[in-house]
Amino acid sequence: MKHLPVLASALTMALAAQVAEAKTFVYCSEASPEGFDPSPYTAGGTFDASAHPVYNRLTEFKKGTTEVEPGLAESWEVSEDGLEYTFHLRKGVKWHSSDKFTPSREFNADDVIFSFERQGKADHPWHQYIAGITYEYYTSMAMPELIKSIEKVDDYTVKFTLNTPEAPFLANIAMPFASIVSKEYADTLDAAGTKEDLNNAPIGTGPFKFVAYQKDAVIRYQKNPDYWGPAPLIDDLVFAITPDAAVRLQKLKAGECHLMPYPAPADIEAIKADSNLKLDEQAGLNVGYLAYNTTMAPFDNPKVRKALNMAINKQAIVDAVFQGAAEPAKNPIPPTMWSYNDAIQDDPYDPEAAKKMLEEEGVTDLSMKIWAMPVQRPYMPNARRTAELMQEDLSKIGVSVEIVSYEWGEYLSKSMEPGRDGAVILGWTGDNGDPDNFLSVLLSCDSAGEGGANRAFWCNEEFSKLLKDAKVTADPAERTALYEQAQVIFKDQAPWFTIAHSTQYVPMSAKVSGFVMSPLGDFTFETVDIAE
Amino acid sequence: MVRFILSKLLYLVPTFLGITIIAFSFVRILPGDPVLLMAGERGVTPERHAELTAQLGYDKHVVLQYFDFLGRLLQGDLGNSLVTKKPVLTEFLALFPATVELGLCAIIIATVIGVPVGVLAAIKRGSWFDQVSMTTALVGFSMPIFWWGLLLIIFFSGILGWTPVSGRISLMYFFPDVTGFMLIDSLISGQSGAFRSAISHLILPSVVLATIPLAVIARQTRSAMLEVMGEDYVRTARAKGMPASRVIGIHALRNAMIPVITTIGLQIGVLMAGAILTETIFSWPGIGKWMIDSISRRDYPVVQSGLLLIAGLVMLVNLLVDLTYGLINPRIRNK
Repeated sequence: MKHLPVLASALTMALAAQVAEAKTFVYCSEASPEGFDPSPYTAGGTFDASAHPVYNRLTEFKKGTTEVEPGLAESWEVSEDGLEYTFHLRKGVKWHSSDKFTPSREFNADDVIFSFERQGKADHPWHQYIAGITYEYYTSMAMPELIKSIEKVDDYTVKFTLNTPEAPFLANIAMPFASIVSKEYADTLDAAGTKEDLNNAPIGTGPFKFVAYQKDAVIRYQKNPDYWGPAPLIDDLVFAITPDAAVRLQKLKAGECHLMPYPAPADIEAIKADSNLKLDEQAGLNVGYLAYNTTMAPFDNPKVRKALNMAINKQAIVDAVFQGAAEPAKNPIPPTMWSYNDAIQDDPYDPEAAKKMLEEEGVTDLSMKIWAMPVQRPYMPNARRTAELMQEDLSKIGVSVEIVSYEWGEYLSKSMEPGRDGAVILGWTGDNGDPDNFLSVLLSCDSAGEGGANRAFWCNEEFSKLLKDAKVTADPAERTALYEQAQVIFKDQAPWFTIAHSTQYVPMSAKVSGFVMSPLGDFTFETVDIAE
Repeated sequence: MVRFILSKLLYLVPTFLGITIIAFSFVRILPGDPVLLMAGERGVTPERHAELTAQLGYDKHVVLQYFDFLGRLLQGDLGNSLVTKKPVLTEFLALFPATVELGLCAIIIATVIGVPVGVLAAIKRGSWFDQVSMTTALVGFSMPIFWWGLLLIIFFSGILGWTPVSGRISLMYFFPDVTGFMLIDSLISGQSGAFRSAISHLILPSVVLATIPLAVIARQTRSAMLEVMGEDYVRTARAKGMPASRVIGIHALRNAMIPVITTIGLQIGVLMAGAILTETIFSWPGIGKWMIDSISRRDYPVVQSGLLLIAGLVMLVNLLVDLTYGLINPRIRNK
């Protein structure tokens, strides 16, 4: 028996050797997931921990782009009138298994119907599987109004019927909220009386299996050996939750993680200089803007807005506030998005001409408010500083500016109140890569009312008509032409001063290869590898 | 003694009620509402806003909401988080051991170093040791925790590479939570090196968290000792030729301990406040970080019940401190 400890230690060593051989990739994520069911939540950090590693959708965004490609649906047909979408589902897709659940069947049409109906039907037994749960993305993408019915044609064919044609539909269902969950797993949980485990211990079809979550600390995943797509190159994926950007960078430098999101702009130069690290960068799918209240004099006059736009030194803001990590914006959509109209000329920075234009419009002694957001967002690192620069520029043409700010929640609601006094700094990050997701949400007549997000309250019939036409047009070339024309009207009417499209940076260890940045800001790891 | 304990307990009832009111109003006084923050830049229609507000029960009059909260509290229901939808108590219990572990280590460091330094500074009043230690204590007391934590990380973890940057244990160790205390769980797990890893992860955060209490305890011990050493009975003891070690160790220290213990007890509250920042810097999954996240999301149930739990805890510690006086000084319990 005295050999036992020796044996035990030999075993431990063998195990340790095995552990060392397994490739573990550590991602220093910035926030704790709210839960692991992607549908009820809206935060990007939640999707990175749930929708992307664990689940798939009928359609997917092709890696590194906003193009839609087949996911769990291998192919689809759209009817002539654009109202019927028939999806042909992929065969042989296996669900994950866990110690609590062993799937008896593969993915099929029942799972698709379950995944959508639980969100859309208020009387569905899984609609409120956790008290107080809501499906905000499903609702805000107007899915309840859009989807008329979902039918199972056979086990591997599903037909969606819409109430109106919607060109962005295929992109919408590639979004995290439309992730496909297992009906069989849900039934098992229901029988066991542990429905909430759908949100705690997810079972999906994605590249990684969920293993464990220690709240606010660590999430562990394991490679899914049966993944239907290209198999992940790493064995284990670990999220080390690290909310502070400076600490994330220290962890990356110390080799405690391989990749981190959202570095502080001030650290970019140091990261570039560090030979143990590398830095990926990409123009972000976002826009920062200053929205005038176009319903209030004198800002209801496009010439006045144009004059103000010409008085602000955009490049100075990009240099000082974004520290160069942004592209000056001339259009409301970012240059990486299809249908971006590059032929448009930005208004020149010309205070003299601006002053003259104001005088011509009979505007003298103008004083206005500029609203500066109290928080940092990916599209706007420092709204207060931006407002100060604008204040200084505008004072040169005789416009006096008062800077105001409110608590974030209040800022969002007050800035949408009709009759708002002042121009508002805000921005947007795209959800699905479709121009409609910027233009309709932020600038259409429909969104100018209460509950919308058109903070310029700008309603241009011609512009809105173009968007409506584009939305029901299936042909991408025709849609592009319509959006390009809409951007011309936008520039001419100047409801906003477009500030910038900020660059997104991803620092990682020099040993990491294969990481693909997503224009949508997702962090996915099925293609990454680590050099030994 | 029983009457002494009972009278102390009786005081807790109105205090506790007061805390429920403060905890309840605190989040509601802050501007911003959870529904709007959830919607973000996208905005939410007035109908949907009303619907969600009603679903959360926030459309009722605020006084009714308070009595709802109190009623459920008396039945032991602390409510569910608006964000994760999980019971507040479940979340609290999952995170609490991490904070206790950190707090205990910090208070041990603060006491074990602070009391002897204070005593020594008092005995050698005016010496270089007294001056250096008290100046250091003043610096420590005024230390901005966030900056201090980052500085230590950059120096000890970044430049020297002696300690890990953040977290509770190296990610290569993976074992189930048994007690929630990483030091104990890593020992139970039997994985070699796990305990060492847990200790090395604890060093920097506990030093950071101990900084302010350590400074306060050292200064308090010094002044309490000086006061006691000027008392008649100490002079008498000295005059009758008692050795200095006995005078200080038995007569002076024991009496000086009462204000020191009070200070240590009060530091529990300070520790909770410090834990919020320390846990955020060191990605320590405790209740401090949890409260910060919840406040910024206006997660009303978590903030109000979390505050209540923390306040209850501080009250409990203070009660224990009060009872300790009774043990040290019989005159107090007989009053």
